[in-house]
Amino acid sequence: MTTSASPAHDVILRAEGVGKVFPGTIALQDVDFEVRRGAVNVLVGENGAGKSTLMKILAGATAPSTGRLVLRGAPVVFQSVRDAARQGIGIIYQELNLCPNLSVAENLSLIDPPTRFGFDIDGHRQVEKARALLARLEHPIDPNRLVDDLRVGQQQIVEIAKALAADVDVLIMDEPTSALSAAEVEILFKVIKDLKAHGVAIIYISHRLEEIMRLGDYITVLRDGRRQADALVKDISVDWIIERMVGSTGLVSQGKAGDLGANALTVVNVSLPRAAGGFLVDHVSFSVRTGEIVCLYGLLGAGRSELFECLMGLQPQALGRIEVGGKDITRLSVAARISQGLVLVPEDRQRDGLVQTLSVRANLTLASLRRFTRLFSLNGTKERSEARDMIRRMTIKVSSPEVEVTALSGGNQQKVVIGKSLMTDPSVILLDEPSRGVDVGAKAEIFKVMRQLSEAGLAVIFSTSDLKEALGYADRIIVMSRGKVAADYRRDEASEATLVEASTAAFPAQERLVS
Amino acid sequence: MSSDALTTSKAGSSSRRRPIALLLMSFRTFIALIVVFVFFGVTTPNFLDIPTLVIVAKHVAVNAILAIGMTFVILTAGIDLSVGSIVGISGMVAGTLLTRGVPLDLFGVTIFPNVVETIAISLGVGTCVGLINGLLITRLNVAPFIATLGTLYIARGAALLTSDGATFSNLVGNPNLGNTGFPFLGSGTVLGIPFSIVALVVFAAVAAYVAARTPFGRHVYAVGGNERAAALSGVRVNRIKIFAYMISGFCAAFAGLVIASELVAAHPASGETFELNAIAAAVLGGTSLSGGRGTIAGTLIGAFVIGVLSDGLVMLGVSSFWQMVIKGMVIIAAVVLDQMQRRMYRRFALEAQLG
Repeated sequence: MTTSASPAHDVILRAEGVGKVFPGTIALQDVDFEVRRGAVNVLVGENGAGKSTLMKILAGATAPSTGRLVLRGAPVVFQSVRDAARQGIGIIYQELNLCPNLSVAENLSLIDPPTRFGFDIDGHRQVEKARALLARLEHPIDPNRLVDDLRVGQQQIVEIAKALAADVDVLIMDEPTSALSAAEVEILFKVIKDLKAHGVAIIYISHRLEEIMRLGDYITVLRDGRRQADALVKDISVDWIIERMVGSTGLVSQGKAGDLGANALTVVNVSLPRAAGGFLVDHVSFSVRTGEIVCLYGLLGAGRSELFECLMGLQPQALGRIEVGGKDITRLSVAARISQGLVLVPEDRQRDGLVQTLSVRANLTLASLRRFTRLFSLNGTKERSEARDMIRRMTIKVSSPEVEVTALSGGNQQKVVIGKSLMTDPSVILLDEPSRGVDVGAKAEIFKVMRQLSEAGLAVIFSTSDLKEALGYADRIIVMSRGKVAADYRRDEASEATLVEASTAAFPAQERLVS
Repeated sequence: MSSDALTTSKAGSSSRRRPIALLLMSFRTFIALIVVFVFFGVTTPNFLDIPTLVIVAKHVAVNAILAIGMTFVILTAGIDLSVGSIVGISGMVAGTLLTRGVPLDLFGVTIFPNVVETIAISLGVGTCVGLINGLLITRLNVAPFIATLGTLYIARGAALLTSDGATFSNLVGNPNLGNTGFPFLGSGTVLGIPFSIVALVVFAAVAAYVAARTPFGRHVYAVGGNERAAALSGVRVNRIKIFAYMISGFCAAFAGLVIASELVAAHPASGETFELNAIAAAVLGGTSLSGGRGTIAGTLIGAFVIGVLSDGLVMLGVSSFWQMVIKGMVIIAAVVLDQMQRRMYRRFALEAQLG
């Protein structure tokens, strides 16, 4: 699987045997990666494959645990992102890194503003510089506007302009199109072609395979922190990429659920108004029966997490009615909803799922302490034995329940969060992207547990942006797009094509750029 | 084969060494306490005599009780700067009630509550200041530092207003009014042990139990460790925080009563800068200012290290200016060691994972 190196593009930056270890997980292992001048070097892989980590290493944001980087033929060690930038490496992160309280021009000259006498900032030249950069991107955004007042797509353009402001030889782009409209994507592609012509090496990370086929020159596939394959884009197909990304450990479809019971969860007209007008969750109605596994499929920003937060009572502005087991829970607090049998496994387990300072045991029992309480006192023996039972049931790999939860790997941490929700004896369990940042083995185990739960009579609802998970594990697939329910399929009605089509149904022309 | 055996034995010994280093680090405050005791035991005559130790313990008791309340607040990732002022105001409330009573102008009479009622009212006032802190922080979203800085000034001002800045002296009560017995808190004994030391033991035992063995205690740790995750697990975050500040207010009010009783006088400036001593004791005992980490036992040890150090230095004849310098260095050293321990722990965890 080695590349037939094209003589047209010489290698400017090379990662040799790079690895990265984090507490609890190995993110990257012995990866080689070549970045070629004047070409688009594509990096693909599933969530958690190590793309972001590799990118951060290349950009100097984090140091590799093993291996080395070679820039223009000489080994380099980047002290910081700034150090890497000085040596001609620019990066555009997936999340925007702009100061919303400053103007476009100020953001574009943040590190190195033009000055008079070396200290007095020359506002006029600063604006002119910004204007020139934005003109190069064919995007005459007023440099004096506050970044906060721009649309996300426009902010992305500013972000790209910022990377161009420093003369870069290597430009890393992490999913640059995820927040852009179709028109903005075209502009970006034009900019990329222009940069290529000027000999800039582009590292392009994306989940959108059509984009890669259109734009890419070289492709490298990462899987589970290792380099899986690389090739010239013109020699391969989308199927080739998917096969390398997912591998032969592809998800095996699970058996059909048993008989479905009564309605466990009924959602009527749930909406979440957006501060800037419109809705993040737009009049969503559906119901889920006991014993059913429903997948909420949609792209990033489709409103899945927001819908879950509305259901759990975390969004005070939410409208609509929610029933669990026929009981109206719309006005109840989070704690009361939990005791009514509803529970959420959040998407971001570090931020919302785990208490990092506590042990595995204390995390597992946190939502169900009442069960272990007699008068004022916690029954330590009972707590410990039930925590141990849950560790066994969820096959959490840990030497003792008293270990701090941060010492566990991503997959095992996720199992702790799921275990915590199960200890509340729920009747409806919501799982927001349960497989995010989890290795393949743990992923399969998590979905196995979900099937067991549905067989035990729970209503299981999980969200994903992964087609294989949606088609492989759900009895029913609800597709969300722009906060709305775009489609509701039984598994046998759905295919990859229908899901993709439904998930982008709400996108057309309405979102043209207004600048 | 032989090289294989060699590497395994090496790995074995180093893995045994690690826990010892970690163990020493985790007991560092306790070790520091032993060190100061030994140091003053050797250098200062009579330091280890029972009467000296009892005096030291009485001094420690007030700060330790404050620090226990403070620990609950810091565990929730908060801070309570108002405790010193609560010390002042609770003493002044008791002084007012004992000397002036509650004048009911409408009926032309003045009610003098008895000592138990007086103590209860003073404790209630302190707890109320804590409640106000909690409400400001949770309902009105004021940062804990600012909210309690505000109540620090307000409570101190209120304490001064009660007497126009004057001291209530000779708080022995009047047998005719039925309000005698206040000095017991400061100078009374239970089975030969000074009351304030007994109180400290009771406070520490109850607090340690609450922190470690009750759902409330667990919730306090969870709120400080990750507020969002705690809320999502059904923990009533606001209620937990409010209770923590009320506990802190209650502890401070009690400390204020003990001080007023020891002096048999209530001074409105009493307790100034005590909040810093309490924070220092908690931090010295391993409580993390970012919340979620710390124990009551640690705080207790921290309070004793500070108390023994300052009393010992006084007995050694070290100038009070140098005492301040030394105290500051000890606090900084404690936090630096704390960070070192964290890093060590993380590194060992990483190495263990790499095998």
